[in-house]
Amino acid sequence: MKTVINTIKLQIDAKSCNESFARTAVASFAAQLDPTIDEINDLKTAVSEAVTNCIVHSNSKTVLIEASLWRNDREEAVTKKPTKILTEKYQCGIAIAITDFGTGIANIEKALEPFYTTKPDQERSGMGFTVMQSFMDSLKVTHAKPSGTIVQMTKTFNNCAGA
Amino acid sequence: MQVKTRAHKNTLFISLDGELDEFTAEYTRINLDQAMIQTRAAQIVIDLANLRFMDSTGIGVLIGRYKKMKDKNIPIYISNPSTQAERIFKMTGLYSIMPKVQGGVS
Repeated sequence: MKTVINTIKLQIDAKSCNESFARTAVASFAAQLDPTIDEINDLKTAVSEAVTNCIVHSNSKTVLIEASLWRNDREEAVTKKPTKILTEKYQCGIAIAITDFGTGIANIEKALEPFYTTKPDQERSGMGFTVMQSFMDSLKVTHAKPSGTIVQMTKTFNNCAGA
Repeated sequence: MQVKTRAHKNTLFISLDGELDEFTAEYTRINLDQAMIQTRAAQIVIDLANLRFMDSTGIGVLIGRYKKMKDKNIPIYISNPSTQAERIFKMTGLYSIMPKVQGGVS
């Protein structure tokens, strides 16, 4: 079973000057699980994409970033894989939810398509969600209530011996 | 973000030093255009060795510059991308219009 070991909640103004802060803050928070440099950089890129979407497209004044760190229980590691226990490392990872309170996405399915952009005149690649999907283990995009968008992402870190 | 340029023989080398995201995109765009429009070089190499961060906003910036230089028949090449930048370039097919080359500005 996954146990949540730490959480943060961070609300920022939807300004592009906060992007670097947002991705660095989440990366610093995740650093306590001792992920690899590549895992940290994947995380930073995905967070940056999600926050960029909020700032460029949502018309929301603020962006809410929630993150939780988890690891699996010792019992599970012992009972489920008894033969591998000597080499088995704890699994751990991060779950992130990035919420805006703006206009929302009319067609989420369409928005998730590679190269789809609502602002083709602004030199936009339309690859934000594709990058998030590729750099994280899971991506879920839903409507927020009463309006806005929630982007949920998870990533498991490979070596969690220190967690 | 700093956009540094250096001409060597028939090549214009441009180094992007810093982080390329929504916040720095406009500045980067303007400075790249300034460097590229003046150039008499036959080719341009954009060196990313000192680019500490880039997300898909960077793809928009690069493709925009490609379109401008295509009209002048000046090819653009990419050198020294980070692991993450390289993955974004591969998934967007950027290398088919801006091939990767060895070497950089220094």
